[in-house]
Formats: sequence, structure tokens, C-alpha cells
Amino acid sequence: MTTTDAIRVDDLKVRYGDFEAVKGVSFDVPAGGSFGLVGESGSGKSTILRALAGLDRSGWTGGIAFEGRTVARTRDRAFFRSVQMVFQDPYGSLHPRQTVDRILCEPLDVHGIADTEKRIARGLDEVGIPQAFRFRYPHQLSGGQRQRIAIARALILEPRILLLDEPTSALDVSVQAEILNLLVDLREERGLTFVTVTHNLAVVAHLCDRLGVMQAGVMVEQLSVEDLRLGRARHPHTRELRALTVGLEAP
Amino acid sequence: MLVDISNLRISFPGRNGPSRAVRGVSLSIDREKVAIVGESGSGKSLTARALMKLLPDTATVEADRLAFDGTDILGADERAMRRLRGKRMGFILQDPKFSLNPVQTVGDQVAEAWRLHKGGGKREAREATIDLFAQVKIRDPGKVVDAWPHEVSGGMGQRIMIAMMLAADPELLIADEPTSALDATVQAEILRLVEDLVSRRGMGLMLISHDLPLVSHFCDRVVVMYAGRVMETLTADKLGHAEHPYTRGLLACLPSLEAPRRRLPTLSRDPAWLEPTRTTP
Repeated sequence: MTTTDAIRVDDLKVRYGDFEAVKGVSFDVPAGGSFGLVGESGSGKSTILRALAGLDRSGWTGGIAFEGRTVARTRDRAFFRSVQMVFQDPYGSLHPRQTVDRILCEPLDVHGIADTEKRIARGLDEVGIPQAFRFRYPHQLSGGQRQRIAIARALILEPRILLLDEPTSALDVSVQAEILNLLVDLREERGLTFVTVTHNLAVVAHLCDRLGVMQAGVMVEQLSVEDLRLGRARHPHTRELRALTVGLEAP
Repeated sequence: MLVDISNLRISFPGRNGPSRAVRGVSLSIDREKVAIVGESGSGKSLTARALMKLLPDTATVEADRLAFDGTDILGADERAMRRLRGKRMGFILQDPKFSLNPVQTVGDQVAEAWRLHKGGGKREAREATIDLFAQVKIRDPGKVVDAWPHEVSGGMGQRIMIAMMLAADPELLIADEPTSALDATVQAEILRLVEDLVSRRGMGLMLISHDLPLVSHFCDRVVVMYAGRVMETLTADKLGHAEHPYTRGLLACLPSLEAPRRRLPTLSRDPAWLEPTRTTP
């Protein structure tokens, strides 16, 4: 292990009763890197992300380390200042009775950060939401605007690592393009480390530099996006997923 | 002509006057495979629901012509519609999890649909169900008939819904995002199955989807909708040469595995697209 690894996962196993959802997965992500977890539903990709985020407090074993420090199942407050998560469905992840202002204030309150005014204004700017939207409710926003707010909320504590769970799959393709551009820009500007779960290989190729392919709880292959693009995948499942994407991509 | 729609308009009452969700849609479907593609709010699902007269009472529906195989839908009463729905127009939805009754075996549900349309006894219906399951390429149909909805996968569930739809031998299949809830590997299988069944039985297909490149592989023609209007209609193999800026924009903004770009072009929507200037052939 090098000290520059932002995330290191070692032999992670997640079990729900008799069912082993993740069967010993290991990978690391260098600081500033962008790693994709792909696979079909039930393959265990989201389960890994939940364990990383500290949302799975019961069932996992193995080692998870962020920036060289091993974490336990429950995380302290400091953890969430460096690691934040963006969820798939911006309709479900924002509190319907809270204004944008309240939504962005909450993490600052929890962490006792004072300059809320400035931070919220900057947060909205960064995700391209006009200041006039600050006192609107989620139902007054489009799906793309909501996902921008969810991203602003994740970034307001200035984390170094962002965990993204299918960040664009609930959005229309034209909105997906805007959000993908935003994520690429933010990562570049802030030197963020990304881990993205998605079923969409084209999204992974756009957002990540490496990926791990999950099948039935096993990471069957790790490869660079470059190798995936050029068809240098070794595992049959990776090849199958690639062939489907390539076959259906062009009209 | 199986489906004949001319200048269809659908509106809902809103706080600031009626909101016009569908603004003059014209399209026709014969015994062919037609995809209706658009983003959320384009009016694609409403158009299909108007054809089945399944819109809520609050909707105002007007059209110069809205007909299924010569039957005027706007003038049809509920009894006439019941003779069309299911029997002559089959309908499958996005997620089989919500379409199947959780407390009845999948075989019983399909058998019930078969008996409703064909009559006949229980044993006969069961045999017909097993035969239908074989037609939708369920591997062990004799075993799957006794399965419960929670025991089947998403792809299997959608095969069961297709079998149920086929039980009535409809002339038109309306499929609203039939594979959006499914994995990529299953998605292609189900669309291939639908395409194959529709072609072999000489049915018409109205496939509603948000995924333009995907459906173009399984249809003859594509109708592109935006903001309640048809932007353009083109044959599926001409999609690469689409003329309308909206269609081209939709294709251009997709990330690509094979042809990476650092920035994705985003759609700039032209207010002129909302004007009722264009007529489609």
C-alpha cells in the first residue's frame, strides 16, 4: 500500500443472513482517482458502496481504509467531512419539506461550521444553480436541478472523496450530460476522488479511469477504462457487458 | 390502419389555466413496429393512454381523429373500450413487480387472462398457459406456472406479462418502457422476444421509450416527441441521419464507450420547437 491511496478495500465481505452479497472484494483507489463499480442488479456493487459510506453498520467484515486510516463500521463526525455520498434518486434523497437553504445548512449545522451564508452561496454557484432558487422547495425544481442540489449538499463540507450511487440513471439523457459535465469539472477543480456505482458502461467510461466488474458478489475483473474501450477485457462477463453497450450504442 | 391519430390534444386543469401536455400529435401505426421516443414530459405515455382511454377524468382529450382499426375512441363508451383493451390492444408496463398480483401464482394469473378471452376449462387454461410460457421462451414452463411473483426475476416477470398479453391474441401491442427496470443483458433479450413475437404474429407494436439508440434496433420507424409534439418521424435505419436538431441533440449528448469526449454537448432547446409549424407525413 502506498500512502497516496485515498481508499483501500481489503477482502470485504458482506453477509445478510445466509446470503453472501459481497464475497471478498479488494481494490484501491489512488488520491484523485476515479473508480467505477459496474455490474447488474444484485451483483453487490451498491452493497460495497454502502459499506464504504458507513451506511451498513451490521454485516461487513474485512478492511476499509480511507487516506491510510482504517475505519470501523460506525464512523465519527470527522469521517463525513472527508467522505460524502450522492444518491441515485434526487426525488427521494432531498427532504420534501425543507428549502434548498435548509438542505444545504444542515451539514454545516451538524459540523458546527460558521460561515453558512458564504458557503451556501458558493455551493449554489459551483453547481450552477441561481441564488434565487435558495428558498425554493425540491418540488419546485426539475430532476436535474435537484441532483445539482444533492451534489452541492455533498460538497458543502469540502470532502476529498465522493461516493456516487447511479448519479444520473434517474435523469433524462440531456440532463445526464449536464450532470456528467458538472461532475467531471468539480473533480478536476477540487482534485476529488470518486467511486461511482453504475450499470452504464458509457457513464463509467466518461467518469472513471479504472473500474471493477461485479458478478454475483465477486469482482471478476479490474481494468482501466482504456482497456475496456479497446476491447482488452479478459473476463467473459466484462466482454458480454461491453458487447451489449457497443452493439446498442450506435443507432 | 391499426392506429390512426390526427391532431391529438390533451390538457389538464392547472392553477394558471389548462396545461397542455399533448399539443397536436399525429401518427399512424399499421402492422409494423413503431417506437415513440422522448424525454420525461414529452407526452409519449399520455398519447398511448389516450388511445386506450385510460386517462384520468381530469384530462381533456380532443383530436381530429383518434381511432383503433376504424373504431372511434373518443366516441366509444366504456363497454366498447373493454372489448378493445386487452383483447385487441395488449399492454405491458415498465415494472412487472407492480403489474403482477403478489398473492396469486403467475400461472393462475395468465390462465385467468386466457379464460377471460378464450373461455374453456381450468385444465385447458393451464395447458394453454404452459404453451404461452414456452412461446415467451421460459425455460421450464411446467415448473414456472406454479411460481409466485416474488420468486421470479425481473426478466422472467416481464416474460410472464408478455405471455399474459399474448393470451388474448391482440392485434396491437402497446409497450410502455417495457425494459427500463431490467438489466442490460435482460433488456436486449426481452426486446428481441417482443420484436420476434410481433413480427411472427403480424401484430402492430407501439414501443414507448426514452432510449433512442436502443429502440432503433428493434423498430421499423421512430417517432421523436418533445413537449407534447412530434418533432420528426423517421425510419429506424435513418436515425444516424436525423434532421431535426432535437433528435440530433438527443443522440449527441449520450456518453460513449467507443468515442470518448471530454465534454458532452448539452441540448439547447429552441422555443421554435414549441410552435405548431411542422407537419409530419
